Amino acid sequence: MHYSPVPMHIPDGFLSLMISIICWIATASVIGLAISKTNKSLGEKQIPLMGVMAAFIFAAQMINFPVAGGTSGHLLGGALAAIVLGPWAGMLVMTAVIAVQGLLFQDGGLVVMGANILNMGLVTAAVGYGLYRATSSQSKSVRLAVAGVAAWLSVMTGALLTSVELWLSGTSDLQIVIPAMLGVHALIGLGEALITVSALAFIMQTRPDLLGGESESAKGSQTWAYVGALIAIIVVLFSPLASSDPDGLERVAMNMGFINAGQSAPYSIIPDYTLPFLGETAISTILAGIIGVIVVGAAIMLIGRGMKAKA
Amino acid sequence: MHFDAFDRYHEKQSFIHHLDPRVKVVITVIFIISNALLPDGAWLAFGLGWVFLLFTNSLSGLGPGYTLKRSLVALPFALIAITVLFSIPGKPIFSFHLFMWNPVITDAGLLRFVSILIRSWLSVQMAILLVATTRFPDLIHALEHLRVPAILTTIIAFLYRYLFVLTDEVFRLIRARESRSAAAPGKKVGGGVLWRAKVAGNMAGQLFLRSYERSDRIYQAMVARGYTGHLYTLNAHEMKSRDYYVTAFVILLIFTLQVIGRL
Amino acid sequence: MPVSHSISPSPAMIHTTDVLCVRDLHFSYPDGHSALHGISFKMNNGEKAALVGPNGAGKSTLMLHLNGILGGHGEVEIGGKRLTRDNLPAIRAMVGLVFQNPDDQLFSPTVFEDVAFGPLHMGLPEEDVRARVEAALEAVRMSGYRDRLSHHLSVGEKKRIAIATVLSMNPSLLVLDEPSAGLDPRARRTLINLLRELPITMLVSTHDMTMVKELFPRTIVMDEGKIVADGPTPEILDDEKLLTEHGLEKP
Repeated sequence: MHYSPVPMHIPDGFLSLMISIICWIATASVIGLAISKTNKSLGEKQIPLMGVMAAFIFAAQMINFPVAGGTSGHLLGGALAAIVLGPWAGMLVMTAVIAVQGLLFQDGGLVVMGANILNMGLVTAAVGYGLYRATSSQSKSVRLAVAGVAAWLSVMTGALLTSVELWLSGTSDLQIVIPAMLGVHALIGLGEALITVSALAFIMQTRPDLLGGESESAKGSQTWAYVGALIAIIVVLFSPLASSDPDGLERVAMNMGFINAGQSAPYSIIPDYTLPFLGETAISTILAGIIGVIVVGAAIMLIGRGMKAKA
Repeated sequence: MHFDAFDRYHEKQSFIHHLDPRVKVVITVIFIISNALLPDGAWLAFGLGWVFLLFTNSLSGLGPGYTLKRSLVALPFALIAITVLFSIPGKPIFSFHLFMWNPVITDAGLLRFVSILIRSWLSVQMAILLVATTRFPDLIHALEHLRVPAILTTIIAFLYRYLFVLTDEVFRLIRARESRSAAAPGKKVGGGVLWRAKVAGNMAGQLFLRSYERSDRIYQAMVARGYTGHLYTLNAHEMKSRDYYVTAFVILLIFTLQVIGRL
Repeated sequence: MPVSHSISPSPAMIHTTDVLCVRDLHFSYPDGHSALHGISFKMNNGEKAALVGPNGAGKSTLMLHLNGILGGHGEVEIGGKRLTRDNLPAIRAMVGLVFQNPDDQLFSPTVFEDVAFGPLHMGLPEEDVRARVEAALEAVRMSGYRDRLSHHLSVGEKKRIAIATVLSMNPSLLVLDEPSAGLDPRARRTLINLLRELPITMLVSTHDMTMVKELFPRTIVMDEGKIVADGPTPEILDDEKLLTEHGLEKP
C-alpha cells in the first residue's frame, strides 16, 4: 500500500529557512481567511463533511491508471476539492491532507510544510476554482472542459511556484528546475485533468444537486474568476518566458531585492544566516549575543515551569 | 484490513514515548530549523546532530539505527538539487561529456549539494522518530495545545479516522476493476489511455459520493450526541516537570550546535 | 465526587411510566417520498421491544424522529416531555441512538474520545465526563479499550463501543438500528447477552428474527410507513399470515 510520491512534496532541508518562513506566513494568512470565511458562511454540517472529504482526497490520490512505460496518472485533488466544496473549504481540506502526508508519512517536510500547503493546496484550489467558477452559467460540456484546463493549470502553477521557491533557496538552478518541473508536471497535470473531469462528469450525472452547493459562495464568484484567470494568465505567459529567459527572472528578483547585488546567486540571500544588511560588523555580533540571551532565558523559564509542574 | 501499512507508531515503554507529545513536536521542529540554519559544510555540527539522533533513537528503545533504515524517503527529491553541482562557480573538480554538454562539477557546488542532502536526511529522521514514538491522535492533541485552529485539527482527526475506511473502499473498487478487466486470449486488455482515465475518474466520483453520504450519516451521529456546531475537547495531556527540563536541555543543546557550526 | 456511575434511568424518569409516547406521526422526505403515515405507540419504563419490517418500511426514518434529527407532523414525547426545538439538547441526552454502521458512529480517532463526545457536548465538567466514560465502557464490558484506536477494533468490538458512546450520556431510552447485522456468531452472541443485561428501555430495529424471539417480549411490525402489528412477540411470530404478508420469516 503506497501512493506514488509527486515531485512536488518538498522535504525539509531543500528550502532555506527564510523562504520557509515567508511561505508559512503566506499560508497561515490564507488559512486564517479560509477559516473565518467557512465559519461565517457554512453550516455545522461542514465539519464532518470537510473531514470525510479530506479522507476522500487522500484515498482518491491512490487511484491511478496506467499511462505508458510503467508510469501512471493520478490525482492531486486541489482543483477537484475546490470545485465540489467551494474554494475556502477546499483549501482547508487540502491543508489537512498535506499536513497528514507530511506528519504521518514524511511525504514533505515539517518546516517546509507552509510551502507545500501553499503550492499544492492553496494555489491549486484558487486556480482550479477560479477558472471553473467563471463558467458557471455555461453548458455542462463547457464547464467540464474548463474544469480540465483548470485542473491542468492548477498543477502547473503549483509546480512553477515550487521551482521558484527552490531557486530562491539556492537549491536548484533556475534554468534547469523550471523546464524540468514544468515538463514533468505537464504530464502529471494531464492525469489530474482527466481524472478531475471524469469524476466531475460522474457526479454531475448521478448527484447534480451536490454541485449546487457551490452557489452558496456565488457572491464572491466574480472575484474568484478574476483571481483564477489572472494566476492562469501569469503561468501561461510566465512559464515559457521563465524557461527560455531565466536571466529575466533573476533580474526581477534582483530588482526586488531578493538578490544582493554583489552576490552572483540567490542562495546567498542570508549568507551564513547573519542578517545580510548588517554584514560582519559589531552590530551583528551584538545581535548574536542578544539571541543567545533569549535562548538561555527561554531555557531558564522552561526549567522554572518544570519545577512548578507535577513530577 | 490494511491499517498496519499506515501505522508508523511503534508501541514501546520508553523515555521518549512517555514525553508529552507537544514537547516532541517542538523539539522536532527546532531540530529541523537548526539544520536549515547551519551553514554549508558545517561538518562537525552535522555530525553532532547525527549523534543526537542516534542517542534519541536508542533512548526510544527502537535501536540506534531505527530511523536510518527508513530515511531514504526524501532521496528521490535529491534530483532537484543536483543542478547546484554544476551551477555554482568554484574550482572545477570533475568534468564529463554528456551529449553536447560539458558539465563541470565545482568544489563549491559539491559542498552545497552534500550539505542540502545532509540537512534533509537529518531532518527526515527526526520526523520519522516523532511519529514512531507518538500515537497520531496524541500528535493531534499536541497541535491543539500548540494553538493550531480547532477546525484544522478536527479535519485532521477525521482524515486520520476515515483514511483507513476509505482506502479500504478504494481497494475494493480497484479489485472490482481488476476482476472485470478480463480479456479474451490474444486481445489487449482495456481501451486506450483516455478510457482508463475515465474508469479511474468514475472510481473517484463514486468514492466521492460514498464519502459524501457517509459524512451525512456521521453528522447525524454527531447531532444525536449533542453536537450543535461547537466542538469541545478534553485536555488530554499535562506537562510534567520532566517535559520542561527536556525541552530546556534540548534548546540549549541545539543552540550549542549552532555555535559550533559557526566556529 | 457527586458522580452517578449508574447507567439506569435517571430518578426523574421513574415517576412517569411512559418513557416514549408517539402520537400520529407523519413524515415526507423533501423529494415528496412519503415515509411515515400516522405512527402511534408507547413504551413503558424498562420495556424492550423489537421493530421489524421489510427494508423501506420506515423503521430508520421513525428512529431518526425519536431524538429530533428528523421532524415530521405529530407528537413525540420522551419521559413526558414533548419534543420541541427548544428542548432538543435535553431530549438528545435522553435518547441514545445507535446507528447501523459503527464506522459512522465512531468518528473519533480513539475509543475514549468517542465515548466522551456525548457527555462533553452535554456540557458536563471534565471529571464527570471521565467517570461516565469509565462507567459506559464497563457496562459494555470493554473497560480495557479506553485508549485503543477505533480503526483497530473488530466489527463486534466497534458495535459494543458504539453502544457505549450513547450509554455515557445516561439515556432513558436506547434506540438501536440493526445491531446484529454483519456480526459473526460469537460476536452476535456477546451482543445479545449485553442487550439482555442492560437495564434500560430499548427499541431495536432488526431483521434478526431469532434474536427477536430470544430477547424481546414485545414486537412492533412496520410496513409502508405504518405500524401493522404490535403485541407480544410469541403471538406475532405465530401469525404466519402476517409474517408472509410483510416479508418476514418465522425463526
